[in-house]
Amino acid sequence: MTFRKYLVLAGVAVFGSVGDSLLSRGMKEVGNISIHNLQVVFLAVRDPWILSGILLLFAFFAAYMTALSWADLTYVLPATSIGYVLLALIAKFILHEQVTPGRWMGILLITAGVGFVAGGPALTGVAADHDVLQERAPEVASVRGEL
Amino acid sequence: MKHAYTWTAIAVIVAASVTGDVLMSRAMKQVGDVGELWRHRGMLTVIGRVLRHPYFVLGIVAMAVAFFSLLFGLSWGDVSLVAPASASLTFVGNAAAAKVLRHEHVDRRRWIAAGLVACGVALLAA
Repeated sequence: MTFRKYLVLAGVAVFGSVGDSLLSRGMKEVGNISIHNLQVVFLAVRDPWILSGILLLFAFFAAYMTALSWADLTYVLPATSIGYVLLALIAKFILHEQVTPGRWMGILLITAGVGFVAGGPALTGVAADHDVLQERAPEVASVRGEL
Repeated sequence: MKHAYTWTAIAVIVAASVTGDVLMSRAMKQVGDVGELWRHRGMLTVIGRVLRHPYFVLGIVAMAVAFFSLLFGLSWGDVSLVAPASASLTFVGNAAAAKVLRHEHVDRRRWIAAGLVACGVALLAA
């Protein structure tokens, strides 16, 4: 794992949580959408908060796809779930929502889960075996040449 | 009856999310390391390869199904039940699916991580 790869994982967490927060802020300005007036949701896109939220969610998706191109799904999902913690902190300190003791407990569990998975290998299984074979191909070729 | 509808929606959300994540993961492994590809072939090649990959397209369809099931679920049940139940079950479902379908080595460390995050998400959204 290189520094660049950790940056991509951080991007998944940050873009996702900040994007969701911007959407939440925007939707509070737009107000409740009635089931009979669903078209209002398309007009909501004109709200600058919602537009910024959508742009950040595109960035989230690009970072998520990039991470999946070199790491396992069971690595990427827990490692980037630190975004839930970030979301709770944004909710409390910027959106001034109530964060209950139960939620702080949830934050603690997620942080522990992230710590657990982040220390392990990012890629396992068939894809990792393929990578190792490709990396060692010159070695194998030279050994064969010697033989 | 409404209770049954809510749990059916949760089951569809979890199944569709897990399917979408597994398909996306498979597509991106076949596309290859995006950073390397970007450096050697350029941005347009990367975007073209990703968008044309059949598993990516199927993954997007699965994620769209999950999104609309979430909207249906939210119209039948409370957000405090639907959101945490679907998110935490998706974490555990992904670990099982990645092991069986993607042959990822889901060791004890990853199971514990998935379990802790699932419980954490449930508490956070409760």
